Amino acid sequence: MKNDPVVKAVSDLLIPPILLFGLYVQFHGDFGPGGGFQAGVIIAVAIILHALVHGLPATRSRIPDHFLRITMAAGVILYVGVGFSGILAGGEFLNYSVLADDPLTGQHIGVLLIELGVGCTVASVLIMLFYQFAGRKGQR
Amino acid sequence: MNWLIHYNYWIVIVLMMIGLYLVIARANLVRKVIGLNIFQTSVFILFISIGASRGASAPILAEGIQSYANPLPHVLILTAIVVGVATTALALALIVRIHEEYGSIDDSSIHDQDDEP
Amino acid sequence: MTLLVATAIALVKLPGLFSAVMLTGIYSLLSAALFVLLDAVDVAFTEAAVGAGITTVLMLGTLSLLGVSTSDHEPIQMQPIPLIVVVITGAALIFATQDMPAFGDPDAPAHRHVAPRYLNESATEVGLPNVVTSVLASYRGYDTLGEVAVIFTAGVGVMLLLGRRRRAPRGDQDEK
Repeated sequence: MKNDPVVKAVSDLLIPPILLFGLYVQFHGDFGPGGGFQAGVIIAVAIILHALVHGLPATRSRIPDHFLRITMAAGVILYVGVGFSGILAGGEFLNYSVLADDPLTGQHIGVLLIELGVGCTVASVLIMLFYQFAGRKGQR
Repeated sequence: MNWLIHYNYWIVIVLMMIGLYLVIARANLVRKVIGLNIFQTSVFILFISIGASRGASAPILAEGIQSYANPLPHVLILTAIVVGVATTALALALIVRIHEEYGSIDDSSIHDQDDEP
Repeated sequence: MTLLVATAIALVKLPGLFSAVMLTGIYSLLSAALFVLLDAVDVAFTEAAVGAGITTVLMLGTLSLLGVSTSDHEPIQMQPIPLIVVVITGAALIFATQDMPAFGDPDAPAHRHVAPRYLNESATEVGLPNVVTSVLASYRGYDTLGEVAVIFTAGVGVMLLLGRRRRAPRGDQDEK
């Protein structure tokens, strides 16, 4: 499958729109169906498609393991950080209303950041899972 | 039509039992994981069925829509699906490691190897 | 829904491991279609991408690691004792559904507790049109934090199990 030009061309054509759709789902999740979980999954699918068609080493050199390890943790830290910034701003843990002058704006900022954290973690964990499963064979 | 009001729940139970049967009866570990997945999906369908409401619309607020489906089960299941794939991956990783240690993914042959000193 | 059951029954009977894995992908896609019918668009979205995409890819990756080929078949026979156990459990559960509220009943207890508050107040309290997102991120932020932590932990667990460095060669005596 790796050497099939049709598969290669079509997937190269498809990956950027999939990534863009993932970002749309990420940031449009407040208004339509979508959110961090879905966006993370869609972005991970795009990367996995790239790895399936171009081979794992090509993808791994573009998105290295240590970068994924950092984004995995960064998502969780961003989430907890938003929670604690609620405390620092004088509210409770994970209370976003105090993040801005207007409670609704604060809620919006909080939800957006939280979804970003979720999407970050989900996408990088899923890509990491695929790396681990697919990369295992080469070492045996 | 009155006896059909629980049709969704019956389907859920049939699926659940198929999953349970796969987990109990199959010796192959990958098949057990597939059974667990079916069981899991049946629970998802149960929750979403409870959240569904006749004549309701998807829970996205808009003008002119009076009734919405219950959003709470959707939230729970949304996260459960992604957690489910992560745990499935963990189970598959364990199976790969078991295969490397024992050279088999068959339940009984693994037990036989354990019994030998 | 009946299609879903048919796929699941085929999964039980299928001898080839490879085709069984492919069938789980179809099964997930069917259940995603069902979620759309039940007004759960966010859930259907996730299920279609996760179930049909990532789970299948991971399972195929596992099969290739295990050295299972497309032509491998194993004998499948129905085992009586698990079958009896499963039938009895299922019958008991179906008996229990008689106490459930009718499907789609707008007055069911599940619709009368917190859901009306989420639906009626979230526009003024959170200000987002998608109620699923506002419940997920705002009202139930703790839950979601826990879920993200679980996903993170599962990722770390797989990394530990399948990671690159292996301290002991196969069959070493570090496990007792």
